[in-house]
Amino acid sequence: MREPIISFKDYTYHYRSQAEPTIHNINLEIHKGERIIIVGPSGCGKSTLAHCLNGLNPFSYPGESTGSLTICGIEAAKSSIFELSQCVGTVLQDTDGQFIGMTVLEDIAFSMENSCVPQEEMIRRTRQEAGRVSLMEKLDAAPHELSGGQKQRVSMAGVMINRVPVLLFDEPLANLDPAAGRDAIELIGHLQKDDEKTVVIIEHRLEDAMHMGADRIILMENGRIISDSSPEELFLSDKLKKAGIREPLYLTALKYAGVALSRDMHVEHMQTLRLDEPHKEKVRKWFAERTHKEPAKERPEVLRAQKIHFGYLPGKENLTDISFSIREGEMVSIVGKNGAGKSTMAKLLCGFEKPDQGTLYYRGKDMSGDTIKERASHIGYVMQNPNQMISKPMIFEEVALSLVMQKLPEEEIRQRVYETLKICGLYEFRNWPVNALSYGQKKRVTIASILVVSPQILILDEPTAGQDFRHYTEIMEFLRELNEKGITVLMITHDMHLMLEYTSRSLVFADGRKIADTTPEALFSDPQLLERASLKETSLVEIAEACGLAPESYIRAFIEYDREVRA
Amino acid sequence: MSASLSYIKKDSPIHRLSGSTKFIFFLIWSIAAMTTYDTRVLVTMFVLGVVFFVSSGLKWKDIRFAFLFMMWLIIINLIALFAFAPEQGVEIYGTRHEIVHLFWRYSVLWEELFYLFNFMMKYLAVIPVALLFILATNPSEFAASLSRIGVSYRVGYSVAIALRYIPDIQRDFHDISQAQQARGIDLSRKDKFTDRLKNSAAILFPLVLSSLQRIEVISNAMELRGFGKNKKRTWIVERPFRRADFAAILVAVIMLAVSIGFMVHNGGRYFNPFV
Repeated sequence: MREPIISFKDYTYHYRSQAEPTIHNINLEIHKGERIIIVGPSGCGKSTLAHCLNGLNPFSYPGESTGSLTICGIEAAKSSIFELSQCVGTVLQDTDGQFIGMTVLEDIAFSMENSCVPQEEMIRRTRQEAGRVSLMEKLDAAPHELSGGQKQRVSMAGVMINRVPVLLFDEPLANLDPAAGRDAIELIGHLQKDDEKTVVIIEHRLEDAMHMGADRIILMENGRIISDSSPEELFLSDKLKKAGIREPLYLTALKYAGVALSRDMHVEHMQTLRLDEPHKEKVRKWFAERTHKEPAKERPEVLRAQKIHFGYLPGKENLTDISFSIREGEMVSIVGKNGAGKSTMAKLLCGFEKPDQGTLYYRGKDMSGDTIKERASHIGYVMQNPNQMISKPMIFEEVALSLVMQKLPEEEIRQRVYETLKICGLYEFRNWPVNALSYGQKKRVTIASILVVSPQILILDEPTAGQDFRHYTEIMEFLRELNEKGITVLMITHDMHLMLEYTSRSLVFADGRKIADTTPEALFSDPQLLERASLKETSLVEIAEACGLAPESYIRAFIEYDREVRA
Repeated sequence: MSASLSYIKKDSPIHRLSGSTKFIFFLIWSIAAMTTYDTRVLVTMFVLGVVFFVSSGLKWKDIRFAFLFMMWLIIINLIALFAFAPEQGVEIYGTRHEIVHLFWRYSVLWEELFYLFNFMMKYLAVIPVALLFILATNPSEFAASLSRIGVSYRVGYSVAIALRYIPDIQRDFHDISQAQQARGIDLSRKDKFTDRLKNSAAILFPLVLSSLQRIEVISNAMELRGFGKNKKRTWIVERPFRRADFAAILVAVIMLAVSIGFMVHNGGRYFNPFV
């Protein structure tokens, strides 16, 4: 038996600022060259575990540990963040924040600079490493000239340049669009193979992370490891479902069809999955029994964009000839690559920017004369990061802010705030400080603070970014309830599950143009369109094709059924 | 948007100088301009400054906003000088040539005009060199050259990293203020001053919170990649100190010597054409 490169023995970690230990009695061995995925719901301790590996615990976030943790033969507790960084290279989640240098060249060289490597050697090694992650052309680029995926490749090059044996990725997919995420995972897979690196990925998008393949999946819950097994074994069990982790969609699809999963089906990967004729027959039978809902009847139009052109700087258009129409009570996703013009479109709708040409209509009325404030009474805008919106320490004050600004009488303010808090399920927290809330609850507060002026349309920027399955469901179900109360919801998103499960229509943007306006099912059945929208295919399509069913109708049937089951 | 002043990458003799050369040049040049009121020296410095600027390949549009803004400040300064001491020129040059009397104690005097002109020239002698320092110096390379002349690399790096994140924080500010405007928080001039102050808190609070978050990520990322491990560090963008650097500093020193030389020759800081 080889010596493990990482070994936790009965390891417990207790942050100084917490009353209870965050991870308990961890026993885990990781060997050289292994690919490990660590999954678990938010707050399960997976990030704490990662911080113990790279030394942020206890050297940046102080705390006490018991038991032992050895990494590359070093006793972690007696080591330092610097010594551990020679063994474990960490790529963080925030692609922007961890970009330290002014340019790609400087960022990749950063750790060598700190190790006093001579200049010529740094330049040589940096160029070599940039070549491995295909960034040679971009060496002089500043961070804002790069896409999210490129920034992440810079970070990867920046840690690999140290020739570390272990690469640790903390939610590498959270800030990337699906296509960039797929490419990132593929790149990680290649790099791992070339150098026999040990790769540890913390990620709750399990199906996407599995694209690389994994030797083991570690499932955590409440600070403990509840499963440590091969992917196949885990997928055959019901542990994922119990822990509230989304299992790969192709497995859910087979389970819905009543297919009993077994070892000889090789369930660990869509590519390895073996479907025999009886299995396919079951899927077809399930599909035949599904009845399609009638499409809802046409409601009046609330929002229309007509031939919109816009550019931040003269001479360069960020949006070209955009037209679309939104009907009352719709839930629509706006999708496309970063920089495709989605957020710019939202800013135009809210009146933050004015179109150079074209007109926006709200219920048939031209909005161009309305101020930002006037538009806000019809169209509410919720930013991605709740911390960028919350400007009052107390929940009540935060939600009341818009009404206070309108100088309404105190009694009316209180009444409307309470009403809104009740709708948002925050009424019992009304006198709490915002700080005491979880991320998902803060998100609700920001939505409440917009809803309080009773807008007819809500625009949300990435409402579920970085959320685990439970919080995702919580936020989205809440939005759907609002939608059922008649509020029209537009969402800018990269989340394919969100598009499929919650929206009836997708506006697809690419390079400042609207390239499609279609149902999510149709979008996901069109590989070319997917590629242009920087999305990736879903395994449901492969199941449908394997069973000889039309992907579009199969996806629709699956989503409708899934909704009923989960409700 | 040419309102923000930051490094513009170009290849020119000026850009090829090391960052500390440009910094030292700027310091000596400023001292030379501060010491003297001699028109001949100041005009020479201004002309040289413009020549340096042109040879850097930077464009007028890169500095238009900043330059006009500074000119505006200088003009206000000149008006204030005239308002508070309209006969300052007479005191300095010892003669009084009136062009036209305005009102009360204010007259347009040749001496006062000449004094104010010299005052303006002191600024103009420095502005091109200052702008060059800001626009033609790569912040990381500057940090590197600072550490070579003995400044701790932590200090140098904190300057560089601040510059790296300024665009991000500007964008945060922009996004936050738009979202808050939509909630009825108005920062336009319509509101009372106290209201505006209160309203700007509604933007600063989230800005500070999100910036603190950002700082946590940055400092973790830096530590994880070994920042602060050693007493020293190397820099990939470091430039060697070459002959051109010595030559540039020599030019600045000569200018300072000329400025002092003229002062000795004149028997004071002022060049007096009136006697």
